[in-house]
Amino acid sequence: MPGIVRVLIWFVVAASGALSVSVIALRRGESINAMWLVVAAVCSYALGYRFYSKFLAAKVLMLDPVRATPAERLENGRDFVCTNKWVVFGHHFAAIAGPGPLVGPVLAAQFGYLPGTLWILAGAVFGGCVQDFVILLFSVRRDGKSLTEMAREEIGKVGGVVAYISILGIIVILLGVAALIVVNALKGSPWGAFTIAMTIPIALLMGLYLRRIRPGKVLETSILGFALVMLAILGGQWVSQSPVAAQWFTFGAPTLAIVIIIYGFAASALPVWLLLAPRDYLSTFVKLGVISLLAAGIILVRPQLHMPPLTRFIDGSGPVFAGNIFPFAFITIACGAISGFHSLISSGTTPKLIARETETRMVGYGAMMAESMVAIMAMIAACTMQPGVYFAINSPAGVVGAAPEAAASTISNWGFPVAASDMAALAHSVGEQTLYNRTGGAPAFAVGMAQIFAHSLGGDAVMAIWYHFAIMFEALFILTVLDAGTRVGRFMVQDALGHWWKPLGRTSWYPSILATSALIVGAWGSFLWQGVKDPLGGINSLWPLFGIANQLLATVALCVATTILVKMGRTRYALVTLAPLCVLVSVTFSASYHKIFNLNPRIGFLAHARQLAAQMGSSPKPGELARFIFNDRLDALVAGLLVCLVSVILVESALEWWRVLSGRKEPRVKESPFVASRFAAEEV
Amino acid sequence: MKNSFRVFFQTVLAMLREIFDESAYARFLAKRGMVSSRTAYAEFLHETEHSRARRARCC
Repeated sequence: MPGIVRVLIWFVVAASGALSVSVIALRRGESINAMWLVVAAVCSYALGYRFYSKFLAAKVLMLDPVRATPAERLENGRDFVCTNKWVVFGHHFAAIAGPGPLVGPVLAAQFGYLPGTLWILAGAVFGGCVQDFVILLFSVRRDGKSLTEMAREEIGKVGGVVAYISILGIIVILLGVAALIVVNALKGSPWGAFTIAMTIPIALLMGLYLRRIRPGKVLETSILGFALVMLAILGGQWVSQSPVAAQWFTFGAPTLAIVIIIYGFAASALPVWLLLAPRDYLSTFVKLGVISLLAAGIILVRPQLHMPPLTRFIDGSGPVFAGNIFPFAFITIACGAISGFHSLISSGTTPKLIARETETRMVGYGAMMAESMVAIMAMIAACTMQPGVYFAINSPAGVVGAAPEAAASTISNWGFPVAASDMAALAHSVGEQTLYNRTGGAPAFAVGMAQIFAHSLGGDAVMAIWYHFAIMFEALFILTVLDAGTRVGRFMVQDALGHWWKPLGRTSWYPSILATSALIVGAWGSFLWQGVKDPLGGINSLWPLFGIANQLLATVALCVATTILVKMGRTRYALVTLAPLCVLVSVTFSASYHKIFNLNPRIGFLAHARQLAAQMGSSPKPGELARFIFNDRLDALVAGLLVCLVSVILVESALEWWRVLSGRKEPRVKESPFVASRFAAEEV
Repeated sequence: MKNSFRVFFQTVLAMLREIFDESAYARFLAKRGMVSSRTAYAEFLHETEHSRARRARCC
């Protein structure tokens, strides 16, 4: 293609992107079409990939096309396998995209669509994509080492220990919050509870079918499993309409929490092939299908956004979660903008599949862009709803009141009109008794998604099916994260305990399996129980805690990346990781400060504990209040502990940079030695 | 055009086969010189259980 044509094409992309962002940012008082968000996102990602990631690859990281990757040097047909770059891209995307990019933007929509959208775009292009790309490359250059190992080798022993504790902490908090989202989506919903309950026998059947009847035919089994899940959704409708069956499957939040805790324990202790692997296959199958469907639905329907660009809740008084736009919008949307958890995937399976170093750009930077696009779609799904409906679904009873009329009146008084009769009609159309106080983001996303799907396929007659399809999809996602996360956490604890007493480290010794599973399940189960009992719905306290933990892990990853860049002699380019690191430090540290010390009881854990303590004398249930106070203090302690740990790694890293830059230490990175690739001849 | 579609679908299929561990199983069979059977699949599951159980899924 002639150079002038290329320049013209990129000029048009840049102009379209600038125009779309301007419309998103500047239009006030009238609704805009969702396609402006889509065009802004596509153009931003295209420009980011073409120019910024190319700059990173060529100037900063100096990708070497003739350097053999571990997949080539250590190829064993099992863990290390040279794989087509598109295949690795799909594999990596399937691993990084979970419920986070769907739930975070839905919750952050309480500020309006503007703050979340801008953060998703800028955060991904300059932060998340860079983190994933850089960590993936550095892991490739170190035989696929994990983030913890890289932290230990490049920053020091303390760095390794801090990374280990941070990872374990984030896993526990993540699992507690994820389970809470499922509980809030399924409470009082016989249709949803039945469908999700059925996915357990379906996964078990899939496991047996794969092992006994059609060994190795995973795709075929997943398609069968998907067909059974669709039948379960239809069966759920029958259950919800049958007075007897509906009673069996109508659960309150505490009962669901207990069931999920027991399930988590069983999933961690059962053989992988029986439950975990088939559920993972089923979840991935549904995930890839639904994300493609949602993208197609948005493009076909091109819905209007009814949410304003900015709402009154940027002042911190939001009903979904309390806190100002800074820093809370930035920790609410982690996956989709920048997520520390991705660094675990980028230094896990993926680096062992990369055939050429140059492909890390497409896989690391590119897959994160795709996930960011999923977050934009979630933002669109949330903002196509009428704001009054959005707030009625996402606001806890403790803020808007439990009675429908009271909740509708409170929300209408905020300037977002909604009628109790409209909410009743909406609940009826999706096959639910009520949609009030469904905190957690999942039900709101499901309503938005069902509306988009219903407009493109089937009309209002199938709204209920689409809604429960969306709920099933999210719950399946989350339960898969729960299965896998509990097991990964169990292995981490076993690894650590094995240093103390060898039998505890044996992953096949049942007493150790049961004890460590109980430890991990007990840890996230206590957060779940706390959320279920919280009068403010749990999400107000726990989602920010999860966001803080996730972004602190990203801080650790960016510390490792910056340290390696400094040691590589690329200090002049260190800003590419140092700038997002500084943003994350300011976001996470200020968010932690607010969550611990803010004087507003809806924001600060300690202020809330003090408020409850003041009510102790007059409360008819002092025992319950004492438990809430304990929970608040525990949350404050966890937030404080995480910040202290990451402060240690920050100081360690800064000292290492100073030692290298002042010449006190030889700048030597711990890369694997250079070996020429067999693809070198092709490159020449 | 027809060729491009074929390449596209082959790539998507390869991606799905990798994600769903079918390629890993095929590599296992080729490496061991075995044909697919219950026993072979049970051995494959046993060999890969450790690494698959440690595979994190992001939030």
